[in-house]
Amino acid sequence: MPVETLKETPSQTAGPYLHIGMLPAQAGLKLRSQEKLNVLAGPGVEGTRIRVEGTVYDGAGLPVRDAGIEIWQADSKGRYNAPGFSGWGRAGADFETGLYWFETIRPGRTPFDATRLQAPHLSLLVFARGINIHLHTRMYFADEDAANAEDPILRSIELRPLRQTLMATAEKRGSETVYRFDIHLQGEKETIFFDI
Amino acid sequence: MSDAGSFVRRDRLWHPPQYDPGYKTSVLRSPRRALLSMAMSSSERNGPKFGHSMLDPGDNDLIRNHMVSGEAVGERIVVHGRVLDEFGRPVRGTLLEVWQANAGGKYRHINDGYMAADDANFGGCGRCMTDDNGYYFFRTIRPGPYPWRNNGSDWRPAHIHFSIFGEAFAQRLVTQMYFEGDPLIPLCPIVNTIPTLAARNMLVAGLDMANMVPFDCLAYRFDIVLRGRRQTFFENLTAGM
Repeated sequence: MPVETLKETPSQTAGPYLHIGMLPAQAGLKLRSQEKLNVLAGPGVEGTRIRVEGTVYDGAGLPVRDAGIEIWQADSKGRYNAPGFSGWGRAGADFETGLYWFETIRPGRTPFDATRLQAPHLSLLVFARGINIHLHTRMYFADEDAANAEDPILRSIELRPLRQTLMATAEKRGSETVYRFDIHLQGEKETIFFDI
Repeated sequence: MSDAGSFVRRDRLWHPPQYDPGYKTSVLRSPRRALLSMAMSSSERNGPKFGHSMLDPGDNDLIRNHMVSGEAVGERIVVHGRVLDEFGRPVRGTLLEVWQANAGGKYRHINDGYMAADDANFGGCGRCMTDDNGYYFFRTIRPGPYPWRNNGSDWRPAHIHFSIFGEAFAQRLVTQMYFEGDPLIPLCPIVNTIPTLAARNMLVAGLDMANMVPFDCLAYRFDIVLRGRRQTFFENLTAGM
């Protein structure tokens, strides 16, 4: 007989009211109103400050205004779970505009395996009504040509134009560097989503 | 070491598919290309670590944590269980977030316009962490069913939303818990996005009379299974793979 393991608990959509549990202040609750889960770069954190923002679009090109986005990243030296920097954040799309944003630091390069490095990137999860199991993607930095060219995950995307769906481009807004990362759930610009 | 070993592959035929026309909102919110399989890197083998600083006192007591003038209205229940991985190992010190409607089926959310009454004493938001045995519990009221536009007026069975982190980003899971015996479960288009009855049954919490609190609360048992971390027998990655 083959060896059996337990089966994973199946996923269900986070629904339109995910904010109650995940972002209670946005839902209108008075619980944890001071919690700013989309600001990762506190005053003592080393690294280059960046803002990441974007919109999740559905297959009709409309913003998904109930989406919740989580990011997970290394610190500026490429370390996960480094002291003083959690590396994790969560933002809700704006109920009017659909825009989400994070204030964080630019991550360093982190190992892929024992011998290779990855290009700097954020891992992102998308939750929303109508998404039956969270979607997992990555944001890379379009201005990291050399590192991107070596990145084992990007290299594994055979259809090269699709690599562009994971690239965020920088713009200056006053003294701030803003990386724009839109996520397209479906359609011509459909973002690459991973099965990891 | 926390990031040793990758995880058992996710059985995508066990989970609901992205696209299910029975749940209409999924039609425009599901990717059309197949998900891209990729090898697991340090980014997925690690995950955020939350300490008890993430918890406020009372976070696991939804009957009282949003109280204004008294306790929340509804059928008092304790929900408890263990978080295990696919190999049956307890997942220790992991954060669970829960959210739900009130006893009348109304969410405390600025976007919920259902006619059922608000309960000023109920927020419907809770958190707890597993202990060294992977065990968790929280106290709440049983949420009510509510209607939603899908096929005219469909009805959601009573449910509690769960978000579980696990030890690694690869284990992240968001799901919903249902209540044993609820006749709305088999009618629900969202429940039915899950292909098999065996998988759907994993989301149904059993009435647990042995653990009810006499003259206070009924108890429901809900065990959760996250992806299992594989053993690393040999480090045999070929260069260039």
